[in-house]
Amino acid sequence: MDFISTRSMSKDLIEDILKEAKKYEPKKDFSSVLKGKVLATLFFEPSTRTQFSFQSAMERLGGNVLGFSTIEGTSVKKGETLTDTIKMISSYVDCIVIRHPQEGSAKLAAEVSPVPVINAGDGSHDHPTQTLLDLYTIKDSFKSLDGLNVGICGDLRYGRTGRPLSVGLSNWDVKLHYISPPQLSMDKGTIKFLRDKKIEVREVLKIEDAIKELDVLYMTRIQRERFPTEEEYLKFKGVYVVDKRIMDMAPEKMIVMHPLPRVDEIVTEVDSDPRAQYFNQAKNGVPVRMSVLNKAITEK
Amino acid sequence: MAAEQTLKVQKIENGTVIDHIAGGKGWEVVKLLGLEDYPGTVTLLSNVHSKSLGKKDIIKIENKQLSKKEVNKVALVSSQASVNLIKDFSVKEKFNVELPGEIVGILKCTNPVCVTHFEPCESRFAVEARNPLVLRCTYCERIQTKLEFK
Repeated sequence: MDFISTRSMSKDLIEDILKEAKKYEPKKDFSSVLKGKVLATLFFEPSTRTQFSFQSAMERLGGNVLGFSTIEGTSVKKGETLTDTIKMISSYVDCIVIRHPQEGSAKLAAEVSPVPVINAGDGSHDHPTQTLLDLYTIKDSFKSLDGLNVGICGDLRYGRTGRPLSVGLSNWDVKLHYISPPQLSMDKGTIKFLRDKKIEVREVLKIEDAIKELDVLYMTRIQRERFPTEEEYLKFKGVYVVDKRIMDMAPEKMIVMHPLPRVDEIVTEVDSDPRAQYFNQAKNGVPVRMSVLNKAITEK
Repeated sequence: MAAEQTLKVQKIENGTVIDHIAGGKGWEVVKLLGLEDYPGTVTLLSNVHSKSLGKKDIIKIENKQLSKKEVNKVALVSSQASVNLIKDFSVKEKFNVELPGEIVGILKCTNPVCVTHFEPCESRFAVEARNPLVLRCTYCERIQTKLEFK
């Protein structure tokens, strides 16, 4: 089974994965689950959490991992197409995890690969396993996703996490609060998709405009590489900062999430606040990806 | 109306006539169907008077019977076009163009970082709505804001 886009995952499938992930959370011995299976992690762009957590997940399930984290030294550098790379590597392994800058690259890889493909980020398009671990973290805190007010803040246009998280959450009865400058706002197509699914969407400029209503504040990084000039980037750098002042305004049970890495969006003084869930969120990447890997490799 | 004022276009013996193309869109249809390189006779009548449309274009392609699949592409630029397949000067079959559920290899994705611009693969779009037309790239899932032909 491929995991390519959040849009293509049904609510039943998502619930099934989250339920199975719970089983993997205690560090018991699961080393017979995927014993003898080989995973390729093809990271055409750098990654820390995603690559390591996939590797950890596969090894905890008893499988082996091979792959690369840079295209330096690979045949891609010599001009090999993605299609050829996938056709070749898929003959060596039982599953492929791919991160690639081109949008739709995971879908194309899945079309030419006889083994399952998992999208670990294709440009700004999607990152379905991040969405799954985000949903897992939220569900873990609130037991149910229904009725929640979720604020997503920062770069909603180019970031690869805010859009798929919104699409994933749209399977439940949630209200979304988008906090961003107009230049980095959520695209109209996604907002229309959400409203067609009867999801209430509110757009505001400041964290303060939404904070009191939120159950979840999901921070994202303003990405330097998305701006044409350093000057443009500096206009937005540091616009959204979660600090003690913001946390004092936040509801007692609100959680703060971030896909990491952070730059300056959350000051370190917030780390010790019990509402700070971003490191726990990163930790959840392992059981969720164990669940995804098992389903990808063992189910059609 | 005097004879010299009437529209005089010869009937074709065998081939395909695409009628009721929106006025001025015939040039796009020629390109869409790859008729620029067709070695036989192709007649394009542009902005002809039409009772129902005001103005319409007509294309007559001699000695070539287009399949429904081929001609359905025309619906991308003119959804009300009709097709007559001609044999021995008579209409053998008549049908209206119908947009297929998926558009393959005709359009370019408007997302500049879509994988289809970099890899040897055909573009693919799912037709999400017909009126107004809404197309979504099968690969990057971007909704197309305009149609760009390859």
